[in-house]
Amino acid sequence: MIEISHVTRKFEHFTAVDDLSFSVSEGEVLGFLGPNGAGKSTTMKIITGFLAPTSGTVTIDGHDIRTDPLAAKQLIGYLPEGAPSYPDMTVLGFLEFIAQIRGFSGKEMQQRVEKVLNDVDLSSVCEQTIDTLSKGFKRRVGLAQAILHDPKVLILDEPTDGLDPNQKHQVRQLIRNLAKDKIVIVSTHILEEVSAVCTRAIIIANGRIVADGTPNELEAQAPVTEAAEMPTAPGRLEAFFRSVTAQEA
Amino acid sequence: MDSLFGKTGIIFKRELMAYFSTPLAYVFIVIFLVMNGIFTFDLGGFFIRGQADLQPFFNFHPWLYLFMIPALAMGLWSDERKTGTIELLMTLPIKLRDAVLGKFLAAWVLSGVALLLTFPIWITVNYLGNPDNGVILAAYIGSWLMAGGFLAIGSCMSAMTRNAVIAFILTVAICFAFVASGSAIVLNAFSGWAPEFLTNAIASLSFLTHFDAISKGVLDIRDMLFFAAVIGAWLLASAIVIEIKKAN
Repeated sequence: MIEISHVTRKFEHFTAVDDLSFSVSEGEVLGFLGPNGAGKSTTMKIITGFLAPTSGTVTIDGHDIRTDPLAAKQLIGYLPEGAPSYPDMTVLGFLEFIAQIRGFSGKEMQQRVEKVLNDVDLSSVCEQTIDTLSKGFKRRVGLAQAILHDPKVLILDEPTDGLDPNQKHQVRQLIRNLAKDKIVIVSTHILEEVSAVCTRAIIIANGRIVADGTPNELEAQAPVTEAAEMPTAPGRLEAFFRSVTAQEA
Repeated sequence: MDSLFGKTGIIFKRELMAYFSTPLAYVFIVIFLVMNGIFTFDLGGFFIRGQADLQPFFNFHPWLYLFMIPALAMGLWSDERKTGTIELLMTLPIKLRDAVLGKFLAAWVLSGVALLLTFPIWITVNYLGNPDNGVILAAYIGSWLMAGGFLAIGSCMSAMTRNAVIAFILTVAICFAFVASGSAIVLNAFSGWAPEFLTNAIASLSFLTHFDAISKGVLDIRDMLFFAAVIGAWLLASAIVIEIKKAN
């Protein structure tokens, strides 16, 4: 279980995350929504231990990310925004590096890397250097490093950004397959994705939670007039999203 | 081993391979060797001096390192920030210390390899005469320690900015201050009016003063400690800067 408790992060001139509290348990796929600049990425950076919160605590399965970072980080697989990786390395070299850092060696390392190459369909390019890959492949390399150690907690910052529809479908399938017994937090702008893979959605605006519920619950709360124009579930979710975030922006 | 060095070794290996997977390592080594040749034989008058030692070779090292080492160090952290991989690296289960040390050691080993590849000049001087090889060994150690000092400064400057060129310029400037504080120009400017202890303090901070002592064959533990302290202090500063600046 992940517990985020009264987390606030202030930057010089503004408060990116404002007294945020929520918890996510095993089996949940949490869609993390909000307009640009709402504090989604900042929250994910705090949960993964990249940024320190100005105040508040984050615990991953009881391990505080500030006081017990190594144990907490070992449980997390994280795809940062933009899926950064070392451009001069080959896909294989990069994944082996990540596997070693995660504590695997020898045969086990090779099996892990091989499995993940198959899972995200990277085998065909595994000898290529990462900077020669297309955007879709790079994104998959980022996903591969995040799931390589079969983490209990998976945090994905816009995993389908910039992918074509086929690749998006593939990534969603992957998330659905992985989600069993895991904690998954996915940030996205694509609301149909929330309806498709998430069991729960949190909408934040200006660093605060403005809605929290299952996608169905949130759709049901869409303003009546707008919902009438949006016959599909993602459409209603979009109407609701606008109704809770528009006045804030 | 594992508990003491943690995952430093894995970072070290990746960084060292990264140098060799781009032309950087080869360009660095080749230019280093060419410049050494020019300095030693042309400016240093290796043959004209008619002495079997490597003084003209080592004398130029502080000045050679002044612009070679910052080039090696400038990307250490700035590239991680620029490509966003710092977020990946810092959310992996490693200590910041592992990353700072691993990166530094990789660059230091590369500079050591470049230094070792100057061995033909050692063979030459042994062929031509009977030099004191103990002095030469001491000078090699001193030169490598000094390279470490430059690199640690470069690591810290590289952590300051996401722009490698800015990191390069900052490193050159600070290294220059550390080298020049022992040169006659700076010391003469102070010795006329400043109290002696101040002049001595400035001179004692200088890479030049400590390196000169070592390269003349005096392997004084204090000179070695000086470089160890410089490396330690600047690496610590690197870690602090990374911790503060990584968010921007």
